[in-house]
Amino acid sequence: MFPRGQYNPGTVMLDIKDLHVEIGGKEILHDINLQIGEGETHVLMGPNGSGKSTLLMTIMGFSGYTVTQGSIRFKGKEINGLPVNERAKMGMGIMFQRPPTISGLKLSKLLTAASGETKEEIEKYAKAVNMERFLDRDINKGFSGGEIKRSEVLQLSVQHPDFVMLDEPESGVDLENISLIGAAIGRLLDKDKHIVHRKKSGLIITHTGFILDYIDTNQGHMMCDGMIKCHGAAREMLKEIRERGYKECMECRK
Amino acid sequence: MQKVDVPGSLTPDDRDRMAQVGIDLAMTTRCGSYLQLNQDVAHATCSETGIEVMSIADALERYPELEKNYWKVVQKDKDDVTKHVAAQKNPRGYVIIGRKGSKNILPIQACLYLGKEQIQHVHNIIIAEEDAELHIVSGCASARHVGRGGAHYGISEFYVGKNAKISFTMIHTWGEEIEVYPRSAALLSEGATFLSNYVCMQPVKKVQMYPTATLSGERSVARFSSIVIASPGSSMDLGSRAILAAKGASAELITRAITRGGTIISRGEIQGKVDGTRGHLECKGLILKDGLIHAIPEIHGEVVGTELSHEAAVGKIAQEEIEYLMARGLSEEEATATIIRGFLDVKIQGLPDALQKQIDAAIDAAESGF
Ligand SMILES: Nc1ncnc2c1ncn2[C@@H]1O[C@H](COP(=O)(O)OP(=O)(O)O)[C@@H](O)[C@H]1O
Ligand SMILES: [Mg+2]
Repeated sequence: MFPRGQYNPGTVMLDIKDLHVEIGGKEILHDINLQIGEGETHVLMGPNGSGKSTLLMTIMGFSGYTVTQGSIRFKGKEINGLPVNERAKMGMGIMFQRPPTISGLKLSKLLTAASGETKEEIEKYAKAVNMERFLDRDINKGFSGGEIKRSEVLQLSVQHPDFVMLDEPESGVDLENISLIGAAIGRLLDKDKHIVHRKKSGLIITHTGFILDYIDTNQGHMMCDGMIKCHGAAREMLKEIRERGYKECMECRK
Repeated sequence: MQKVDVPGSLTPDDRDRMAQVGIDLAMTTRCGSYLQLNQDVAHATCSETGIEVMSIADALERYPELEKNYWKVVQKDKDDVTKHVAAQKNPRGYVIIGRKGSKNILPIQACLYLGKEQIQHVHNIIIAEEDAELHIVSGCASARHVGRGGAHYGISEFYVGKNAKISFTMIHTWGEEIEVYPRSAALLSEGATFLSNYVCMQPVKKVQMYPTATLSGERSVARFSSIVIASPGSSMDLGSRAILAAKGASAELITRAITRGGTIISRGEIQGKVDGTRGHLECKGLILKDGLIHAIPEIHGEVVGTELSHEAAVGKIAQEEIEYLMARGLSEEEATATIIRGFLDVKIQGLPDALQKQIDAAIDAAESGF
């Protein structure tokens, strides 16, 4: 196993081959193939219900997502069967779309448990996403859509994941917050580093593409009916979807 | 710092068990103390101006007027427990009186310690006169070796005067063979506040209690909070009752109950007898291993102008919550313990920091066992 941060054969971070996934006995993902290299950020698009979230949840290893065929290798290691926390320890991080509320668990306590950082360090991270007032609050309790996103980004930023998965990071976020969250996501993905020094990888689900203003992307993938139907440059693909909708995507209509 | 007599017979383990229930024998964080071992009163003292801590025998002798607070809110013939205590020729227990306007910053501790297989009986009277404020931590524990036949019968009568406040935080560490029957009741005058907290994280054979607060003064407030864990073999029948009998009176009854295989019956009752009263009852239960949590919340409204509500929920820890924390790198065990700790986290409004910390410490001490 490659401990987090030490993987450097200069190539593949995530390698998914021939992946089939079931939820509750029904196959949702069929024959997914996807490779993400170190320092690369890929964008995942596709209509509602096409299986995008399912793919992220499967990669992270959540229960209920059963891999029936194929493999997921992360940093060169097959991770099928590894518990969620082992994957996190290897350097995976995920932003939850609708995280649960946990009564009595303060955001600051979770941040400490997740990072081992000092109180001062954690306050610094919190300030960067305007969350310092929430450190003493129960996690997600009464948080607005934007606050949940900021809290999720904050949790990721203390985790320092090498591979970041974001599920519609801009949804429910107002204009004021979008630049704050976008900038924080940019930092997570080493955006300010020159491409040759960039180590962090990402897989981002987006409909709007707003988030693309804050990150550099390499590739886009279009998911339809549980399959990845086409690949391309993320911006162009999104532009086409914006103008003509998913219906016009030839591959998806097949 | 005040020195108190500590019996030389206490072993380091006894002292540990006392510390677990909030007893500070060095007295660095307490202003007064009552210590009873079995039926022997080791000391009763208080250094705070206007506050008296005495054994009940001394108090009844010194203050004949105490008769009006003796067996008044708790009735002698209520049940076998009260009858047993009432039949004692030599009453034991303590009396704490906060004279008019007095207030303690450091809590008073009352330690009832059981060291042998016998019935320990106590009768306590706690009085806060007008504008007084009393904060008490009551630590009850038994020596580790005490086996079958060990029991604790405790009568407590609380009188909260006009605009006065009593907070009473009871922490229990008994043994698997011990039976515990507290019998408590409180009478609240106008503007009075009564906070009653109960924490029991350790095994016990049986606890049964149903303290009642009668809010007979306008704008009086009662808050009961219980945080308990039932281990296999433990049976806890816990309730609390608030009778809202004056305009503006309000009550809140909160329970967090966890079973690891034991039985918990969580009762609660609020009676709204007059207009302008409010009450809320909340019981949350978590089943970690098959056992029983039986929540019986009752609300009883008699007039148009009373607002009463309750919520009760019993279940297991959501897998989604565990995996959320695992995604942040916590192991399944760490995630579970973290969620349980959060579940038990009840912040009690109006409780001094020192006592909130005492409650937190009692919970944290048990945390490793989850
Ligand atoms: N927990 C679940 N139980 C049953 N079906 C599910 C569950 N989660 C997702 N699905 C189904 O899987 C398909 C893909 O869903 P999802 O991955 O959420 O799509 P997307 O994120 O692309 O909108 C949908 O048909 C959805 O109904
Ligand atoms: Mg989705």
